[in-house]
Amino acid sequence: MEKTYDVVIIGAGPAGLAAGIYSGRSLLKTLIIERSKTGGQAVVTNEIDNYPGAEGEETGPTLIAKMVKQAEHFGVERVADEVVDVDFEGDLKKVTCNKGEYQAKAVIIASGAFPRLMGCRGEAEFTAKGVSYCATCDAAFFEELEVYVVGGGDSAIQEALFIARFARKITIIQNLPELTAAKSMQKKAFDNPKFSFVYNSVVEEVKGESGLLDTIIIKNEQTGELTEFNADPEDGTFGLFVFIGLVPRTDVFEGKIAMDRGYIPTDENMRTNVPGVYAVGDCRIKPLRQVVTAAADGAIAAVHAEKYIEGGE
Amino acid sequence: MIAVNKETFQAEVKDTGGLVLVDFWSESCESCKALMPDVEALAEKYATQVKFAKLDVAKARRLAIGEKVLGLPTIVLYKDGEKIDEVNKDDATAGNIEAMIQKNL
Repeated sequence: MEKTYDVVIIGAGPAGLAAGIYSGRSLLKTLIIERSKTGGQAVVTNEIDNYPGAEGEETGPTLIAKMVKQAEHFGVERVADEVVDVDFEGDLKKVTCNKGEYQAKAVIIASGAFPRLMGCRGEAEFTAKGVSYCATCDAAFFEELEVYVVGGGDSAIQEALFIARFARKITIIQNLPELTAAKSMQKKAFDNPKFSFVYNSVVEEVKGESGLLDTIIIKNEQTGELTEFNADPEDGTFGLFVFIGLVPRTDVFEGKIAMDRGYIPTDENMRTNVPGVYAVGDCRIKPLRQVVTAAADGAIAAVHAEKYIEGGE
Repeated sequence: MIAVNKETFQAEVKDTGGLVLVDFWSESCESCKALMPDVEALAEKYATQVKFAKLDVAKARRLAIGEKVLGLPTIVLYKDGEKIDEVNKDDATAGNIEAMIQKNL
């Protein structure tokens, strides 16, 4: 049976939760649908140093737990389900999930993004066998082992610093001649004796004899030279963590709203090209993808969704 | 669904006949915790055909690596103590886990 809401929010990361808090506080009947883990990418991020107010012991999971509590306080409902189809044509929008169908006067898309893959040989085969995209999930497996980290941006260096609490040695593999992370973070990595750096290089292939990763082949893009890294025979394996950007999770909206290379264009009020449908957070075109901008997007969308529902815009 | 650890894994999983499903998880793995209710529901649904167990890898890291598990969440299906199938990471969804069970019943 279909259930009808004022606002259905797709995704329970910081953008979706912030939209929920604002929408619930406006006494709109609000549902948040989440396919996987509540909190999105933020909940698998240990340090949230730059979110205002999140100083000291605050982590991704503790911050998200507070957002969830706040949304629930304002009466927001949540369901664990995956959206498989949407119909945005009528006044009541339809959102079809694996386990149920929902109708809403307004829909806020907060579906986020997922880690970009390297696209090298062996990558899929060795995922969860040494190749990982989630430090908080898997770093502890590599206690006293060696770890390679692909990427040189904020996420890569921040996650590498977290992994360094466990691993005995960290090697950063960066495709550019230098890191692009914030200077303060770069300094922490340069000052850490566990770190070494390989520049201008990309991973060409990953392999493993025993079902676990034990060989990484990298290519220097300037010289074409291939270098092979092998796991210490005593260790038997090592880790390869990949942080090279994100891909928007928007497949299900293809053909339903305007999109640009997978991202959803919006105006400054978070409106898509379809009246009553908003997009917030990492899935939309925007210059800065952070928890603070995701939360701000959510607030703006919820306020305009309320105006839309009341017939104001 | 029973909780197993490095002391009980051999008896409860490897030395157990028939199908045993093991949910490798840890407290620091948010995806694992989000998935757990779905696995619990499958444990009820397939209670007569499959034994369901969960292993906290934070206290059994070497055991997990020995089972070729180096990433979470990983759901492994054993038959007569032998690993016969698994789903992990983004593929570890309720639908895929159920499909894996049905394929091997």
